[in-house]
Amino acid sequence: MNTFKNGCIMGIIKTSRLLYNYIKRDEEDNIEEVKRAVDYVDIDIKEGEFVAILGHNGSGKSTLAKHMNALLLPTEGTIWIDGRDSSVSENLLEIRKCAGMVFQNPDNQIIGTVVEEDVGFGLENIGVPTEQIWKNVNESLDMVGMNEYRKKSPNKLSGGQKQRVAIAGVVAMRPKCIVLDEPTAMLDPSGRKEVISTIKKLNREDNITIILITHYMEEVIEADRIIVMDEGNVVMEGVPSEIFSKVEKLKSLRLDVPQVTELAYELRKRGLPVKAGVLTIDELTDELKKIKAAGEHK
Amino acid sequence: MILKVENVSQIYGAGTPTETIALKNINLEINEGEFIALIGHTGSGKSTLVQHLNGLIKATEGKIYYRGRCIYDDDFNMKELRSHVGLVFQYPEHQLFEEDVFKDVCFGPKNLGLSKEEIEKRAYAALKAVGLDESFYKSSPFELSGGQKRRAAIAGVLAMEPEVLILDEPTAGLDPLGRDEILDCIYKMYKEKGITIILVSHSMEDVAKYADRLIVMNKGEIAFDDTPHRVFKHYKELEKMGLAAPQVTYIMNRLKNEGFAVDTDMITVDEAADAIMNMMKLEKIND
Repeated sequence: MNTFKNGCIMGIIKTSRLLYNYIKRDEEDNIEEVKRAVDYVDIDIKEGEFVAILGHNGSGKSTLAKHMNALLLPTEGTIWIDGRDSSVSENLLEIRKCAGMVFQNPDNQIIGTVVEEDVGFGLENIGVPTEQIWKNVNESLDMVGMNEYRKKSPNKLSGGQKQRVAIAGVVAMRPKCIVLDEPTAMLDPSGRKEVISTIKKLNREDNITIILITHYMEEVIEADRIIVMDEGNVVMEGVPSEIFSKVEKLKSLRLDVPQVTELAYELRKRGLPVKAGVLTIDELTDELKKIKAAGEHK
Repeated sequence: MILKVENVSQIYGAGTPTETIALKNINLEINEGEFIALIGHTGSGKSTLVQHLNGLIKATEGKIYYRGRCIYDDDFNMKELRSHVGLVFQYPEHQLFEEDVFKDVCFGPKNLGLSKEEIEKRAYAALKAVGLDESFYKSSPFELSGGQKRRAAIAGVLAMEPEVLILDEPTAGLDPLGRDEILDCIYKMYKEKGITIILVSHSMEDVAKYADRLIVMNKGEIAFDDTPHRVFKHYKELEKMGLAAPQVTYIMNRLKNEGFAVDTDMITVDEAADAIMNMMKLEKIND
């Protein structure tokens, strides 16, 4: 947590009226087209939070995420990462140590020919002593459950395992915060499960702040908070049960709800008194039991 | 029968220490007008298998027949096969290259040596089929959104007017509505034009919604080949293969275990909702 001189407290990632324009120029460097991707966004993410960002393709969520480790700098407004303003160039190295990023395709993020070398690559790049590198590599491989594969070649691994190696590479840098931009888009069901449970563990046990961007609704039901973006704006914000109780609204934003939520919604539409915003099979089962018991009571 | 795979095996790096068996004695018959979904964990051999179907790779062992003719015969016209069996790769938008969308879609039929009129007629029809608005035809493919690019790329293959359309994870990375739009468009082509569809997917929910036949690959072999309803009954075995069933299948099994009188072979939300409503009504009548 960061305390300002004036005593106000801000989270690990905070934006103030953040705006980003993609600017297209012609051959003479004249501005041809300006496309606003992020439109005056204010968010505040607390240390240790698990925040999911949803939004359709082109809603601005990836552009916003790229500001979180200063891959992009705001056109207007400010983003602070662990209290550091990304527009101050002296802050960049510390910002990138603090917030790591994981992308969609594991094959584009793995460079080492052996798992453990790949995981140590970032540390080696910033001149960490060898002994410390091995210590961090060891710990981060343990944290993502990939230590037994440390001597393997990454191209022998499954998609989920590769993505866990990519996450270990980020974890080895000891970030306070990890931003994951559709880390499961290319994975099979068990790969998706592996990656999501790894992310949850890093959040719960190691208190790493998680920002997860995904198109799979069932991956975010355990998030502390969901932020929904549309046209560069934050249009919805709340806990999962709140967000997913608004089925029609989400669908109008090109999004969806988990199948169990949709089933509960369909049952409500057909006249069964199931509560809105059911997120898990347990909840739906309980709801149906209640309804059945009430029916028998009559 | 349009395609037949007979005892096909594929071994990479045979006789070397890195020898990998990608396909092991595959036998498969694909009939005209089927909507087949192909699922399997990463590395299960499903991408390798579909690449065999239009002759992109040659099997180490076994034969593949297109309308009864072996595609490995010396006098077999491989180019013709590729115009009949269209393959849309993963992330097909990476292969867009022309200066505008329309030209890009024309590229395939142009290579078939058709007349200019025919080429353009096909390009228009293909772009219309994927639901891409006319205002985009003269745009650079690189100015389109993810979902639009994906459609443009699929249109490029459609313009070849294939009899069989194979799509390797056509919805990866798309938002939920984009996913539904692409799949609805594929389903429409299947229904209206009778194109045979082979859909490779990691989404069990999508597979359950669209396919009438489901083939499951595991470690280079076919583990199941049946209707989606029957295959998803084996969800515990699917899990061991790195797969799963749609979430509704788990819901129905859970309800059954909790003593509700329901069948468990529902695979879509609609089916499940109907079954639960029926069950609740019956329970009221029984009271």
